[in-house]
Amino acid sequence: MCVSVYVLCVCLCVFLHCVCVCVCVCVSVCVCVCVCVCVCVFRHLLELLRRTAVHGESNSVLIVGPRGSGKTMLLGCVLRELMSLKEAQKNVLLVELNGLLQTDDKIALKEITRQLHLENVVGDKVFGSFAENLAFLLEALKKGDKSSSRPVLFVLDEFDLFAHHKNQTLLYNLLDVSQSAQTPVAVLGLTCRLDVLELLEKRVKSRFSHRQIHLFSSLSFAQYLDVVRAQLSLPPDFPDPKFSDEWNHSVTKLCEDKTVEEILRRNFNGSKDFRSLHSLLFLAVSRVSVSHSTLREADLIEAWRLISVDSKANVLHGLSILELCLIIAMKHLNDTYDGEPFNFQMVHNEFKKFIQRKSHSIHKFEKPVVMKAFEHLLQLELVRPVDSGVCKVQREYQLMRLMLEHGQVMEALQKYPQCPTDVKQWALSAFG
Amino acid sequence: MKIHLCLTGIKTIILDCNNISQYSVFLINSALMNRRDIMSAVNPDQYSYPSVFIYGHRATGKSHVVLSIMKDLELPHASVDCVECVSSGLLFHQVLSAFFGPDAAALLPRCPSLSDFVRLYKQMSSNSPATQTRYIILDRAERMRDMDFSLLPALLRLQELVNDNVTVILLSEIVWEKFRPNTGCFEPLLFHFPDYSKGKSLVQILSWDHHPSYTPELYASYINILLGVFFSVCRDLRELRHLAVLNFSKFCEPLEKGEAKESDIHKLWKNIEPHLQRAMQTVYLREVSSVQWEQQQMDEKEATTLRVLSAHAHIELPYYSKFLLIAAYLASFNPARTDRRFFLKSHGKIRKTNFLKKHEKTSNHLLGPKPFPLDRLMAIFYSVVDSRVAPTASIFSQISSLVTLQLLSQVGHDDQLDSPKYKCSVSLDFILAISRCVCVCVRLLDLLALSLVIQSQVVRQERSLFTAVSNLHLL
Repeated sequence: MCVSVYVLCVCLCVFLHCVCVCVCVCVSVCVCVCVCVCVCVFRHLLELLRRTAVHGESNSVLIVGPRGSGKTMLLGCVLRELMSLKEAQKNVLLVELNGLLQTDDKIALKEITRQLHLENVVGDKVFGSFAENLAFLLEALKKGDKSSSRPVLFVLDEFDLFAHHKNQTLLYNLLDVSQSAQTPVAVLGLTCRLDVLELLEKRVKSRFSHRQIHLFSSLSFAQYLDVVRAQLSLPPDFPDPKFSDEWNHSVTKLCEDKTVEEILRRNFNGSKDFRSLHSLLFLAVSRVSVSHSTLREADLIEAWRLISVDSKANVLHGLSILELCLIIAMKHLNDTYDGEPFNFQMVHNEFKKFIQRKSHSIHKFEKPVVMKAFEHLLQLELVRPVDSGVCKVQREYQLMRLMLEHGQVMEALQKYPQCPTDVKQWALSAFG
Repeated sequence: MKIHLCLTGIKTIILDCNNISQYSVFLINSALMNRRDIMSAVNPDQYSYPSVFIYGHRATGKSHVVLSIMKDLELPHASVDCVECVSSGLLFHQVLSAFFGPDAAALLPRCPSLSDFVRLYKQMSSNSPATQTRYIILDRAERMRDMDFSLLPALLRLQELVNDNVTVILLSEIVWEKFRPNTGCFEPLLFHFPDYSKGKSLVQILSWDHHPSYTPELYASYINILLGVFFSVCRDLRELRHLAVLNFSKFCEPLEKGEAKESDIHKLWKNIEPHLQRAMQTVYLREVSSVQWEQQQMDEKEATTLRVLSAHAHIELPYYSKFLLIAAYLASFNPARTDRRFFLKSHGKIRKTNFLKKHEKTSNHLLGPKPFPLDRLMAIFYSVVDSRVAPTASIFSQISSLVTLQLLSQVGHDDQLDSPKYKCSVSLDFILAISRCVCVCVRLLDLLALSLVIQSQVVRQERSLFTAVSNLHLL
């Protein structure tokens, strides 16, 4: 159980970044994610786990990568491959934990005990306190050794959340077992944080083997386009071959179109992962209907427009004219006082100045009515109090900040339906 | 006819809209493609997208459309309002009992954690696997951000965690950017429900409530008048419907009395418009309840003022408490340097300088009341009150009563017995109302006028101000 760092392999993975093959998909999940992963990474991980399962060597490894880069997918494929080996299938015990679900060491321990079917589990209920369970588990794991006990694979999803538990007891104990000559144990962590090692305590970090696998996608745009084409094409076993040929043909032509390529390039520049691509393609494909049964570039353009719209601009579109005037007043306050927080009295003051001097279309509203409009903006979280704690300050004098930018306000004003001209002029004028 | 498009990842079914209720059809047709997009995101026979986020203003039909889709297509769904779920256990209970019956929900332990919920769900769904996609609809989902930090990310990827065909639909007023957790999560599909436009949709929807004994055209013209008053203030469909229903009987009064015909729109407008303006100040602000408003209309006494909720009319303070409150207001909003000038009988030369420092001009009435010590309050009180008052315990106890009534607020620590500091928490309108009740002499009104002048920060009135001050001290 050497704690050597496989520097060569890690460097190879990090620097090569060789992209290849679609490691495809579990049949049960119908949303197919196409993952491009280093084949050597796959082989490396498989080898590691095989050594634990078959030869009884304890290991620990962390798989690190941004959201949507295929960590769970990779692990799923490796585990399936592993379980197809005959020796592994009989012996290996698998424990799957998730940081989102097991938010506490106590819950995590109960889950481990349950999944391993230890003796203190009856049906579904785990008996005993946390200390007793922990002692029991460690006892069970300690008694074994290389030759006579079954290897256990611990998979910890959202590994960084386990590092936030109290004293990191679970991590410490698992990694401790993986370091000593006890039951062969493999600890696999998956996380999206690159700085996960800094979250670990010193004693936990020293027991970790510092073996990390980084999954970075280094797709080029041409490969991205190929993926899009492959995703949109119908498989060869589609029941209506004539329709499927027509469809695939139209998809190929679509991918060569200039505007479509431009849209895909913009999406690619935004983020390379496949989840954002899927939401774009989903919105495009959902516009296909009985009347037009092929994918057209207008669908993709509309889908892109829906995805890239500013949601706050949508919210501003539905505000009443009084609320819009309050937002413009706040914008003026921000410009005059350089982003200092303001309160309702100041906003009301600015609004009154506008009403008295420049406005023809908006008549004077009572202060409580203006206050109700202001509270509506608070509810929509377009305006937020500076200190969100309970304050002994009256509502009118509580300091707030505007959560919109100058550009957003001006753009919303352009799109606002039937905006009175004096309001627009007021917004465009320099200092209120 | 359904088109079954099977792609290597994305499967969609295009459903036909024929069997949706009429209201939903209206909403679907009148709005943009968005609602049809939701229909296409609904995917009963296959795995649909794990989570969907729908946002839009209040009363734009989000819950209604989603629930009517569920009901008309008879899809298995669990509809939960997150405001009701003070703890996440209530959410789990509701979801499990909607999908698997109350027996399944009874298996949840006392304070269920997310882990228990997922485990139980997996158990139940392996016993009764899903033939169709199950939907969990979470209304007012912004409350979920205040529950456990892992609840929102876990629900967004619930399909993956329980390994079952389930989709979570989140409905909210607030945009998605404010929901996203720090380290990221599974991004849902975003849909926006646009607000109603005034001309096409809003008038049409509001006209559906028309009273059977009057023509729809009359009701439409009534709605136009109502929107003319209220549309610039409020666009919430529920509020507008409520106001429309409350005020319609008043609108029809001239018709019933025979004073006007249905085509005399101008006369009807003249009758209803001041009434609507008054409604804006009372019912719209919920200062009076709808029942009181309707009663007031029936009484037909225009001159009676309504008993409003705000403090003005209600609070009856003892005589000296009123003076104490006025003194507190003056102490809060006038800077301490000016006390000598205003309240002493003889103060020496009046210099014609700006008596307000530059920073004080904006700060006095915009930043709120300033704290003042008790001694200053008593000093101003003695100069304001019109008779000789002895500093007895009854005066001081009135100060604590004012604090209890939250008309004054105590600043600083409770156990600072030596020189407590206070702040005035009422507005100028309230003070003016009080001082009108008290038979206040000219002198007090001048003091308040001075305070008003400070409020309006008008420098050119300084000359008249000085004359007012000098007149004051000649009294």
